Amino acid sequence: MPVARFWRDIPSRYNLYGSRCGSCGKIYFPTRHICPECRRSSIGRMESYRLSGKGKVYSYSVVHEAPPQLAVLKPYVVAIVEMDEGVRVTGQLVDVDAEKIDIGMRVEAVLRKIGDEGPSGVIHYGFKFAPVPD
Amino acid sequence: MEVGIVSYGAYIPRFRITPIEIGRVWGQDGKAMAKGLYINSKSVPSPDEDVVTIAIAAARSMMRRVDIDPADIGALYVGSESHPYAVKPSGTVVAEAIEASPLISVADLEFACKAGTAGMQAVMGQVGSGMIRYGVAIGADTSQGAPGDALEYSASAGGAAFLIGSENIIARINSTLSYTTDTPDFWRREGQPYPSHGGRFTGEPAYFKHVGEAAKMMMERMGTSPADYNHVIFHQPNGKFPQRMAKMLGFTDEQLSRGLLPPMIGNTYSGAVPLGLASVLDTASPGDRILMVAYGSGAGSDAFDITVTDTIRHFNLAAAPTVASMLENTREIDYATYAKYRGKILMKG
Ligand SMILES: [Zn+2]
Repeated sequence: MPVARFWRDIPSRYNLYGSRCGSCGKIYFPTRHICPECRRSSIGRMESYRLSGKGKVYSYSVVHEAPPQLAVLKPYVVAIVEMDEGVRVTGQLVDVDAEKIDIGMRVEAVLRKIGDEGPSGVIHYGFKFAPVPD
Repeated sequence: MEVGIVSYGAYIPRFRITPIEIGRVWGQDGKAMAKGLYINSKSVPSPDEDVVTIAIAAARSMMRRVDIDPADIGALYVGSESHPYAVKPSGTVVAEAIEASPLISVADLEFACKAGTAGMQAVMGQVGSGMIRYGVAIGADTSQGAPGDALEYSASAGGAAFLIGSENIIARINSTLSYTTDTPDFWRREGQPYPSHGGRFTGEPAYFKHVGEAAKMMMERMGTSPADYNHVIFHQPNGKFPQRMAKMLGFTDEQLSRGLLPPMIGNTYSGAVPLGLASVLDTASPGDRILMVAYGSGAGSDAFDITVTDTIRHFNLAAAPTVASMLENTREIDYATYAKYRGKILMKG
């Protein structure tokens, strides 16, 4: 991924900034400039909104065929997380063994390395999800 | 002006490997190693963790425990000897991740294992002089020893972050001093993946001399003796050095035990004394007095005299994981997994 594109996404990748429609209050992630429900009446009324980072596993799958960047993590888990704000966010699930994952399990966003541009390239950091310690 | 700790957070990666497992691979007596070092397991970072992610995890825990505006943080220093970039400060990512950017002074610090406490001194000065309202000092490392080297049994990963300020302090820093000389006990040249050490030279003229002198000078300055402290935290490259240091200075095992983590997690380098302090603060009571002495090869020691205040009664410790919880929630891995995770296997590029 180009460095500039990643850089522009830092607020959403580090701190889960999405959007809230100023018209109907619906929350979106990633950022949207128009609310698909309110359409024209949402123009200019979309606000930056920070998700709490907390949610529950809605669905997940174990990835065995990984791109070279993620080979060292194989097998790893990718989950769709239903955030407490209602919006669904996809991300890797870490710090848990695949057989111990349950649908509905509480998770929260953590910041991890999500890749780099080779040994001399820039390192990309972004959110993943980890079980909430009880 | 009173200056002290307003909040703190700790982070220890979840994976562990034992000296017995390392010894099994290299044909060495891992059991004897464990006993000699007083290290029963060491923490291992996941491949997607580095000093930046560890520092962020600790700093976010620190922020969760208090209700302060991150924009009021005027300085943030990350002390480490394993910053992921040679050029591009770890602190820039950390500051962004806790939303303390952009009006903030950020720098990465290096002084072997005491860069985190050097950062505490730097922000103490800025808070005390009124330059900033709050400052953050973080010590974190993911250091490595060469495969089969004695260091491989101890070098581990972890870190802790401290919010320093002058209001609502849970632990007052009564005084700090440093003792520094040019002593080549341990080093790593630019571009080398693993450090080198002066063998037996690392003990007497290096660790014990600097830690001992700094501790004695601090007690002399404060008019205290070992009996005046509830807890003592010494730099802990293994479990044995701080035990010996404590004995030499007249401290008991009870004073040392709360902040002694190497038996469970190994040597977290710049994270070691900060994690030890976090462990002590996790269960501290008002009035507890703490002597803390960091050590960095090269060589120098930073000593701190600290008193826990009544404010700790209202501190929201439960908002983030305690050190004890991170010592419990672990997963043991074998050497092959460890070698893969730590990049010790040469992959086709
Ligand atoms: Zn809408």
